[in-house]
Amino acid sequence: MSKLSKITTEPLNLNNPITVQILGICSALAVTVKLKPAIVMGLSVTFVTALSNLIISLIRNTIPTRIRIIVQLVVIAALVIIVDQFLKAYVYDVSKQLSVYVGLIITNCIVMGRLEAFAMGNKPIPSLLDGIGNGAGYAIILIIVAFFRELFGSGTIYGFRVIPQSFYDAGYFNNGLFLTPPMALIIIGVIIWIQRGMIKNLQDK
Amino acid sequence: MENILNIFIKSIFIENFIFAYFLGMCSYIAVSKTVKTATGLGIAVIFVMIITVPVDYLINRYLLNPGALSWINPKFATVDLSFLSFIIFIAVIAAIVQLVEMFVERFAPALYASLGIFLPLIAVNCSILGASLFMQERQYNSLAEVTSFGIGSGIGWALAIILMAAIRERLKYSDIPKPLRGVGITFIITGLMAIAFMSFMGIKL
Repeated sequence: MSKLSKITTEPLNLNNPITVQILGICSALAVTVKLKPAIVMGLSVTFVTALSNLIISLIRNTIPTRIRIIVQLVVIAALVIIVDQFLKAYVYDVSKQLSVYVGLIITNCIVMGRLEAFAMGNKPIPSLLDGIGNGAGYAIILIIVAFFRELFGSGTIYGFRVIPQSFYDAGYFNNGLFLTPPMALIIIGVIIWIQRGMIKNLQDK
Repeated sequence: MENILNIFIKSIFIENFIFAYFLGMCSYIAVSKTVKTATGLGIAVIFVMIITVPVDYLINRYLLNPGALSWINPKFATVDLSFLSFIIFIAVIAAIVQLVEMFVERFAPALYASLGIFLPLIAVNCSILGASLFMQERQYNSLAEVTSFGIGSGIGWALAIILMAAIRERLKYSDIPKPLRGVGITFIITGLMAIAFMSFMGIKL
């Protein structure tokens, strides 16, 4: 049992997909201007990693190794189409904001990386948990980045105003730089800095 | 003609795939250690993008768009296959990468030896699928526009990774705080470079 819980919790911090494995940054950062799309994106990726890990793990013994990439891509693409259609139907405004980045979950390295590294060689239940853990680890980083970008960039959190009007009257301005792409990269850099400062054995020699 | 040139310049500098959209970040971080390998991957990306973007454009226009099938038979005018675009695009990209690999191996063995391992990696590079999805979203309306978008995006990506590799080669000799070494500083430098690239914003030919 402790092994299963380790599989689920390790990606949250010690083996985080973004800050330690450096996977899946591609489609991640552009959706972190506001908290809401970041949460939706985190949930979508968790759904896709968990289910694709489960499906590939179930059929792992029947996939010929030479064509495994194509098989994996088809499974992932089918799941992403489900997510995309679901988002278009129920949260259309968020789906518009995410635009192409939903489709880019297909080539998100986290999904492929976990399939190759874990699901191809493990039983279905641990694979499912590994998928959930890695999806959640990805979501946590997105939420942290989006929290700071929305707070400093727009003065709101999840759409609610948290910086009172009196601050603005006293001459406070929203920092427009936080809304631009470069700031997302710098925030991730700082998160990696803090994490590696605390956990010494992650540092590069 | 002016429009085509405008799209070309815009996709290299202003809407650079790395600095404005974070596409292809995984390989960007992983492969930017030396200028030589970065150049190899950059050229491979340009090469594949020139082919995949126009091909996906033709598929999208004549097979997938709502009513696109009416050139076969007027009865198909109501068919809308656009929900299939993710799976078709990724299949086309995977197939074209395979073809390009075989073609280069046969006719340019020297180039193949230097690109070698990068070509198969490109199938899962987010920037390739991203280019096709942006092409679909922005609704360019001629093959020439789409081709110039594909070439420009590829050159922009290659430019970004070569610049980064050149900086990282120099970084070896600088005294960086331990937790920030490696990935952390790469993110922050990318952020700073992206701020520099923002100065191109608003340029129009």
